Amino acid sequence: MQAFLDIFDIYLLEAVINGILLGGVLALLALGLNLIFGVIDVTWICYAELVMIGMYAMYFMVQYYGISYFLAAPLTILLVAVLGAALHYLVIAPLLTAPPINQLLATGGVLFVLQSFATVAFGIDFRNLGIRLPVLAFGDMHFSYARLLSFLAALVGMVAVYLFMTRTFTGTAIRAISQDRQIMALMGVDTKRIYLITSAIGGGLAGLAACLLVLQYDVHPFVGLSFGPITFLICVLGGLGNFIGGFIAAFVFAEIISLGGLFSDLEWGYVLAFGFFIVMMFIRPAGLLARRR
Amino acid sequence: MMGPGRLAAWGIGLAALVALPFVYRDPYHLHILVLILIWSFAYTSWSMMGRFGLVSLGHGGFMGIGAYVTALLWNHLGWSPWIGIPVSMVAAGALALIVGYPCFRFRITGHYFVLVTLALSGIVLQVITATRDYTGGSLGYTPNRASGNKLLALQFDDKITWYLIALGVWLFGIAVWHWVDRSMARYALEAISEDEDAAAAAGVDVTAEKLKITLLSALMTALAGAIYCQYQMFITPDTVSGIAVSLQMVFAAIVGGLFVSLGPTFGAVITILLAETLRIGFGTKAVGWDNLVYGVLLVLFIIFLPKGILGSLLDRLKPQRKVPRAHEQEAVQIARPGT
Repeated sequence: MQAFLDIFDIYLLEAVINGILLGGVLALLALGLNLIFGVIDVTWICYAELVMIGMYAMYFMVQYYGISYFLAAPLTILLVAVLGAALHYLVIAPLLTAPPINQLLATGGVLFVLQSFATVAFGIDFRNLGIRLPVLAFGDMHFSYARLLSFLAALVGMVAVYLFMTRTFTGTAIRAISQDRQIMALMGVDTKRIYLITSAIGGGLAGLAACLLVLQYDVHPFVGLSFGPITFLICVLGGLGNFIGGFIAAFVFAEIISLGGLFSDLEWGYVLAFGFFIVMMFIRPAGLLARRR
Repeated sequence: MMGPGRLAAWGIGLAALVALPFVYRDPYHLHILVLILIWSFAYTSWSMMGRFGLVSLGHGGFMGIGAYVTALLWNHLGWSPWIGIPVSMVAAGALALIVGYPCFRFRITGHYFVLVTLALSGIVLQVITATRDYTGGSLGYTPNRASGNKLLALQFDDKITWYLIALGVWLFGIAVWHWVDRSMARYALEAISEDEDAAAAAGVDVTAEKLKITLLSALMTALAGAIYCQYQMFITPDTVSGIAVSLQMVFAAIVGGLFVSLGPTFGAVITILLAETLRIGFGTKAVGWDNLVYGVLLVLFIIFLPKGILGSLLDRLKPQRKVPRAHEQEAVQIARPGT
């Protein structure tokens, strides 16, 4: 009995730590989505599909063209950032004055396009990078370096965005626009340019997430569906546009998924997370950190 | 409201639709027609909410519940679909209420509502996949063939019976659409979709009205899922639930026209014919192409033709029939010089 408890505790601790590591990437995704929402007031339903495209870019660059991982990563980030800016320029910009629902549905159309583009161009096979990072054994617990690396890189990415937002003029303008989008145009800020820059940053974050996720998961055209919905749940739970709320919610969700997966299948972790989400909607409908009205 | 001319047109059209399978028996074309009718019903169910600005991406979930609960009750408990379909509808309705109540009570609208419902359909998909011991997971699920009474099992081999069933269900959907269109709830919901605070101030019970239409829409969508399952006798999580199905509903309803009764039907005709043409034209190479075309069209439609094909056509034919609602207008003109 005692031996059983020991093992149980170690697995539990392992799951908790793995949850934290998973939370880093989820927080990165939530940050990108929150940034877009907070500044442009648009939700990119196709956000996870941008990540999927980034994962394919990594796969092809590393696997086919033999570019080293660390050179391919910045290229991927750049590519997805351009994709994000293009998405804004081609789809969102013509719809800026349309009802918000139309903008959201248009990105839903883009989701279809990206998914089926990947199906047509790359087929539905599961592909992986073929890089197997060693597993870190710490006592009796096992963590993959891939997760540890992702967690650290996600943290670095988030700190970089934070510094950009607080220390540069452009970043200040972005934050100002998220507070009042009408006035900023009168203050001499070119809102169109700021929107494009924000979209590119959002895309870049998706690209960074792609570089990290491709280390852990196989890529296929529908991979976006496995973490897309959870990212949306995180953003709503944290309060759309609320960066800190999204950050905390990401870790809460990652823990639930990780611990739920410990006791049963990974899918049940997701189901558990959804149940938690509904309960939280009753308790804190406007997000974890919302001020009570 | 309905002049004798329109009534006659409806009557003739209906008679032609009922008579069709007895005159024209090509099984493939009848199959396409049945599919069009069933999906039209599903799209119409979606548009009942969608036209009031309640854009739900959770309807894939309701449809999946309708299909899977009916099939599971039949296979595991031996319950006839005649009981199973109402049970599955109740299950979908209960889920709609559980998710809808906090959403509406705490004023979760717009983006929030879409994301919450989006997550809902994703989760239903996950549950179906996770319970693979019962539902067969992503490999799909087949209701057992009935050995005895075909009517009791709601399994028919000939296409004509299914055509008539699908026609009946579709007509029911159109009738409900018109019933809502002419009810007080419609005005209440239109007021809500324009300004919730003003509507509440005018005495509209915002939460109750939204819950009612959501419940109705979810029940009908579950029915559509169950009928689809009974007709196809094979369901997979991807064909009846999940985000792709939800987006497909939104797409068809928007292409056809969200604000006219036959708009979703028109959308179903276009999308299914498009998919079939691509499938026949390109064969297995077409995997993915139909969705690619869908997606591009969806984006183009939302940018250039937000009222859909049928809606825009009707607007052309009958200009200035009614004052467009605020969210349908591009810009509000305060004064029009010269008129």
